[in-house]
Amino acid sequence: MRNRIDEAFEKKPIFMPYFPLGYPDLDMSIDVIEALARHGADLIEVGLSFSDPLADGPVIQKATQVALENGITVRKSLAAVKELRQRGVDIPLVLMGYYNPMLAYGLEKFICDAAVAGVDGFIVPDLPVEESEEFVGARHASPLPLIQMLAPTTSDERMEMAARNARGFIYLVSVTGVTGERKSISEGLGELILRVREHTSVPVCVGFGIGTPEQAKQVGALADGVIVGTTCVKTIGESENPVEAAGELAKNFKNALQ
Amino acid sequence: MATLLSHKFGPYGGQFVPETLMPALIELEEAFVSARQDPEFGREFDKLMASFVGRPTPLTYAKRLSERLGGAQIYLKREDLAHTGAHKINNALGQALLVKRMGKRRIVAETGAGQHGVASATVAALLGLECVVYMGVVDIARQEPNVFRMKLLGTEVRPVASGTQTLKDAINEAIRDWVTNVRDTHYLLGSALGPHPYPTMVREFQSVIGREAREQMLADVGRLPDTVIACVGGGSNAIGVFSGFMEDEQVELIGVEAGGSGIASGKHAARFGDPSKGRIGVIHGTRTYVLQDEDGQIADTHSVSAGLDYAAVGPEHALMRDNERAFYTSATDEEALDAFQTLCHIEGIIPALESSHAVAEVIKRAPKMRKDQIVLVNLSGRGDKDLNTVIKELGNGK
Repeated sequence: MRNRIDEAFEKKPIFMPYFPLGYPDLDMSIDVIEALARHGADLIEVGLSFSDPLADGPVIQKATQVALENGITVRKSLAAVKELRQRGVDIPLVLMGYYNPMLAYGLEKFICDAAVAGVDGFIVPDLPVEESEEFVGARHASPLPLIQMLAPTTSDERMEMAARNARGFIYLVSVTGVTGERKSISEGLGELILRVREHTSVPVCVGFGIGTPEQAKQVGALADGVIVGTTCVKTIGESENPVEAAGELAKNFKNALQ
Repeated sequence: MATLLSHKFGPYGGQFVPETLMPALIELEEAFVSARQDPEFGREFDKLMASFVGRPTPLTYAKRLSERLGGAQIYLKREDLAHTGAHKINNALGQALLVKRMGKRRIVAETGAGQHGVASATVAALLGLECVVYMGVVDIARQEPNVFRMKLLGTEVRPVASGTQTLKDAINEAIRDWVTNVRDTHYLLGSALGPHPYPTMVREFQSVIGREAREQMLADVGRLPDTVIACVGGGSNAIGVFSGFMEDEQVELIGVEAGGSGIASGKHAARFGDPSKGRIGVIHGTRTYVLQDEDGQIADTHSVSAGLDYAAVGPEHALMRDNERAFYTSATDEEALDAFQTLCHIEGIIPALESSHAVAEVIKRAPKMRKDQIVLVNLSGRGDKDLNTVIKELGNGK
């Protein structure tokens, strides 16, 4: 099977926007993700909504709440990924969502159906390495990676543990906190990335707090990928024409990273 | 990495949290384990439990209630008489002493009924810690006196307007604060919930209830109770009193969930009582029974008592239910309000609406028991905070 994630990292740093399915509505979110892909996104984190997103700041909380009010479900989200593939979107699509809806769907069935729909991997923010055995065990149906997350508070010991299981890329949380824009890039980021690289050769992508193309450029000089979530959701969600705004945003960030 | 304590209760429990928090949980577990082995910590805790909290709390024979019901003899463990008016202070004090030990200076807490918020604010004032309490907007409205108490104690109460604006959302916000300020902040979680080591640690700090109650039963009555009843929101008062009788297999343990407007109405917080919505899932860092919809979204809950109005139950209760060491039932809002009034009228005790659920169960159960049988009810808190709610629910005429 093709490994879209490894292919995406052939030219670094990559631009990785996040956008939740179902926001502002389901059809529009599919169009937005398609536009992001066509105009410069190298990998997209496709958001699954959860009623209690405890790692997210107010912007993503609100967007996923709207998505839930619009009736988004895991099943509809997987169908949307399939639709994106049918439209010819060929970059890696990684599902980002909390654990409980996956469990409620049935973990094995979820992983299997996601693979069939065209998903390339999973990010589950409430599943630290201690609890990931069940997910990894249920994955026998498909080899898709569970992306490991690391944080500024992670000890060397834990980095080593996570690095052993790391596939696809490492999601490095740049700040202690929830998702959302920050005024500046955290000072110790370069050092933190170097610390992660001591433990693994898997690409290191940085997320949380990156809000402008300038910040993306700064981070891109250090990391293999730049994750932009809140700014994407805010800019696109507030726009009169979300699809156009998505295209524009993708171009701006992609240009900044070249 | 050294595993110090078991992370799980059978298939339940665990640590389902963002990576940023994992080091804090490991640090907390290490601090808890080392404190447990340190006689000095134990002495300081016991001393404050006596001189500040006012322990041991009394065991009261509910003579008129027993006579009225005409069956079992009813005893009340009076956690309502602990300083700040509920059992919550036991855990708050224990954790706050750990915070000092870890060298942190700030605590955040969630609160539903406000009892845990008041307990946290109180220990923060006692030990000189900065304290922020998150509380749902709905709960702020229905537990106003406790909001004032927290403010008087120097705590900042931050209203939570997201989601259902109740306890669940207050926990989300407290966790978000913790994840942001984790280096100098401790999350003083108020129930036997959340990621390991909280359920184990909270049980241990609350186990004083069961230990005292067992000794008092033996000293005052000469034997153990046949049945122990406690209300179960997250389940900290229940696990505290149950823990004293865990090894006494002949003692029946009964947990009472919030039946709200009745199970059939769908408006309740009965995680065990409603199999159509209460299924095993993961919320707030732990695997347990969770009220949720088919898509795994956490369900809205309802209870007249803010402290029981929560979609998940502590993981140890899930295990105790599976292995039938404890049995779980529910009381509706109406039954709890009736029990509230009964206890006021014939025992001169104004119970918290949470505790009134346990009283409602003894009112159902005692008449079917023999006069030589004994029921111990954990009266987890006092009802002063609930007067606004009760006035509204009962109207002025009643």
